[in-house]
Amino acid sequence: MIEKTWRDWGAVVRIGLLGGVVALYLCLTGLVGVFSDRPLITGIISLGHTLLVLAGLITGYVGASRAPAGQGRPVLGGGLVGLITGVMLALLILIGGQVNLRAVLLNASPALYSLLTFSQGVAGLWVPMLLGAVLGGLGGLIYVLPPRARRPAIWGLAALVGLGLFAGFLRTPMLTGSLSGLARFLFGPEGLTPAGALITLVLVVGGMVIRDFAEPPARKRIAALPHPDRLRLRRVAIGVGLLLGALVVLALPYALGPFVSQVVALVALYVLMGLGLNITLGFAGLLDLGFVAFFAVGAYTVGLLTSTAEYGIAQWSFWAAVPFAVVIAMAFGAFFGLPILGIRGDYLAIATLGFGEIIRILAGSDLLKPLLGGPRGILNIPKPIDGLLPGHPLAGPNQIYFLSLVCAALVAFVAIRLRDSRLGRTWMAVREDEDVAEALGVNLVQTKLLAYMLGAAFAGLGGALFAGLVGSIFASSMQLFVSINVVSLLIVGGMGSIPGVVVGAIFLIGLPELFREFSVYRFLFYGAAMIAMMLRKPEGLLPSTTIRRELHAGAEEEAPSATDAVGDAATP
Amino acid sequence: MYASLVEKLTDLSISVFLWGFRIAVVLVVVGGSVLTLAEGKYSGAQWLDLVADGVAQGSIYALIALGYTMVYGILRMINFAHGEIFMAGAFGGLFTAQALAQSGFLNQSAVTSLLSVVLILVVAMVVSAALALLVERIAYRPLRTAPRLVPLISAIGASYFLQYTFRGFFGPGIYAYPAVAVLDKPVPIAGLPIEWGDVLVIGAAVAMMAGLYVFTMRTKIGKAMRAVSEDKDVAALMGIDVNYVIVVTFAVGAAMAGAAGVLYGLTFRQVYFFTGFIPGIKAFTAAVLGGIGNVPGAMLGGMFLGLAESVGPTLFLDGLNVPSPNQLKDVIAFTMLVLVLVFRPSGILGERITTKKA
Repeated sequence: MIEKTWRDWGAVVRIGLLGGVVALYLCLTGLVGVFSDRPLITGIISLGHTLLVLAGLITGYVGASRAPAGQGRPVLGGGLVGLITGVMLALLILIGGQVNLRAVLLNASPALYSLLTFSQGVAGLWVPMLLGAVLGGLGGLIYVLPPRARRPAIWGLAALVGLGLFAGFLRTPMLTGSLSGLARFLFGPEGLTPAGALITLVLVVGGMVIRDFAEPPARKRIAALPHPDRLRLRRVAIGVGLLLGALVVLALPYALGPFVSQVVALVALYVLMGLGLNITLGFAGLLDLGFVAFFAVGAYTVGLLTSTAEYGIAQWSFWAAVPFAVVIAMAFGAFFGLPILGIRGDYLAIATLGFGEIIRILAGSDLLKPLLGGPRGILNIPKPIDGLLPGHPLAGPNQIYFLSLVCAALVAFVAIRLRDSRLGRTWMAVREDEDVAEALGVNLVQTKLLAYMLGAAFAGLGGALFAGLVGSIFASSMQLFVSINVVSLLIVGGMGSIPGVVVGAIFLIGLPELFREFSVYRFLFYGAAMIAMMLRKPEGLLPSTTIRRELHAGAEEEAPSATDAVGDAATP
Repeated sequence: MYASLVEKLTDLSISVFLWGFRIAVVLVVVGGSVLTLAEGKYSGAQWLDLVADGVAQGSIYALIALGYTMVYGILRMINFAHGEIFMAGAFGGLFTAQALAQSGFLNQSAVTSLLSVVLILVVAMVVSAALALLVERIAYRPLRTAPRLVPLISAIGASYFLQYTFRGFFGPGIYAYPAVAVLDKPVPIAGLPIEWGDVLVIGAAVAMMAGLYVFTMRTKIGKAMRAVSEDKDVAALMGIDVNYVIVVTFAVGAAMAGAAGVLYGLTFRQVYFFTGFIPGIKAFTAAVLGGIGNVPGAMLGGMFLGLAESVGPTLFLDGLNVPSPNQLKDVIAFTMLVLVLVFRPSGILGERITTKKA
């Protein structure tokens, strides 16, 4: 018994060390430093500090969950974890004061140290230690709270951080309307005002508490309804939800100003491409890391056909050029796909990655410079709707958003119809097991080729819209990371699932674009998200039912004996 | 009847297309070479220079390729983050080299230079191996029984994570490797355009590969490695600790990559967070060229790829009047990758596994 207690304390110490490593990592990669310029609550706390505070709270919470059972021990455990984290930060400051760590680690700067000690230098070594212990203890306290109190606390914190992040974007449109007084009261130019923070906290916590104590919650009342009524209610709810969603989506660019609408347009564009890759990867199971090749083909086709500058050859309208772009991208898909589709799985990924690089290098090379402009690219691509309906309300900066939206809806429609067709079922059969599918009379090369070509066609469409969005194309925009972006948004959202693509695009494209300071760390976040996703939830945030069933089939069978949740999620 | 006719037609057109592809490649290679040689623009010494560069570059590829091949042989998984392990080794070596250069030990005499290089190599190998073990533990081990796409995606994630972690730690700038004066001196062999640096790269690579060969063929753990790559389950039944073998495989492969990172740094004299990406993909190409899962194949594939990249643009493309052919050396490498995958998936020395279900 005593031995077990000591073992548990050992686990707590280990979590503390881990928390320290995480905190050091956040500091030394510069995340804390970069975010310290951005306030979460004006005049009170910066986003950089928030990051450390959250790290302290979360590790404290985890530490408390590992602490041995007993009165007050979880809180003590949380405090211990926080203290260890703080000591490690203090050690960094101490060592950094003696040795010039900056010669190697760029971010181990005096600015960071003063940030950690509230500008007290080495004299303030106690600050991170004390704060760490307090925060860890708080995390532990949250852990021991009864669920009724814990949930409001966690949601209140989450709401504070979330609103603090988005305050700037909410404020701008409110300032133009009649709500400007309220906007100034609640939101600073960046982050919440202290009053806004207090109001948010009170509203969220109060709302949660009232909800918890309110008599039979709505959910229970609905569950009590007879079956047909419940179905009808659900249908109505879905209908209303869709209608509201559509209204919000249409109003978005007008409500949020030009910067956000540019970002939203990009998200819509990536949704479109994600849906395209979803056919190749999600339905047919072909991992295509060279998606950008077809994106480039589409973009360059539109560029060449419509540009009014040096390398334009036809000066067509955008609308005449787009079908060509799609067809040519599809032809390239066939051309690339034919030789390599006999290859399986990860080899296909590498081969397609090679294609993407080949296209990028060729587009920027001197060899094709007379045709494609080399690194200088193609300029002056006209905006699609300006040419068609000059002065129309649809024209202007939001046109690409609406255009991408329409195209994405089209692609989604095609994708759903294809998924439920004979071809779609063939694709899934091939994805599940090529050999069995072939034995059942599926022509593998043809089936895969169709999936690959359709994916290429949608990538081409995406490229064409991108050319219209940006107005100029360069070989340097055709980097591998376009392909990786699309693949990761599919994976994070949920492979094979159409709402998943939308969610993935919002998370992976929209958020990093909105927070420009963050954009340098975008790929850090992608990488971590991809690993975490594969470890915890390989099916994605909003998975399609088939894939979820497939990935969890083993887990469900073994569920009674299973102890390790992570291992189960990964079992095929 | 109708369907089968359509299928026959598609099959026919596919084979026509593939043959056209082959013929086009052969035409470019043979035609370009003949034209270039007929022009006689380059002297014999220039060609030799290109070959020496190619072999040096190829040795680096070969060292990285070993890691891919060994891991693939055992886990049937492409360790996409291997290029970043290589980059980490280059960084580890860089900071050691900087410290040594500051203390003056690096260029004191030929002997201290040699000792320094050995020390730098060892540090880099340790750094790389430690990082690889960390990645294996966090991102790969929990996914060992998952469907194949899952660990591959996790590996891509690890690759990005490591790149941008290094960017965060050390910044986006390009670091210059300290110069080791001895390595820039020419070797006194009858007018051959070879420097000591090339000798070091090739010598170190060959020595390490020989060591690896002995390691896998003669030691007990090497034997266990071969057994695990043959059949994990049976190996476990024979009392082999499969986990331990996998860990050793990652560590050894990463150490080779770390050494390659230092050799790369000493040759090209610069390192930054993105350094590992392209060499990583190229080395994977080399591993496939030689036949993945096959240790001698990786060495052969690396040399072949290095030579093709260094000599290829000049030999094949210059004669065809392609402007600045050196821009296209990556195109040659990737085209070779696709060609090998399509026409000889088994690689030069390997068994046929690209279409085998593993």
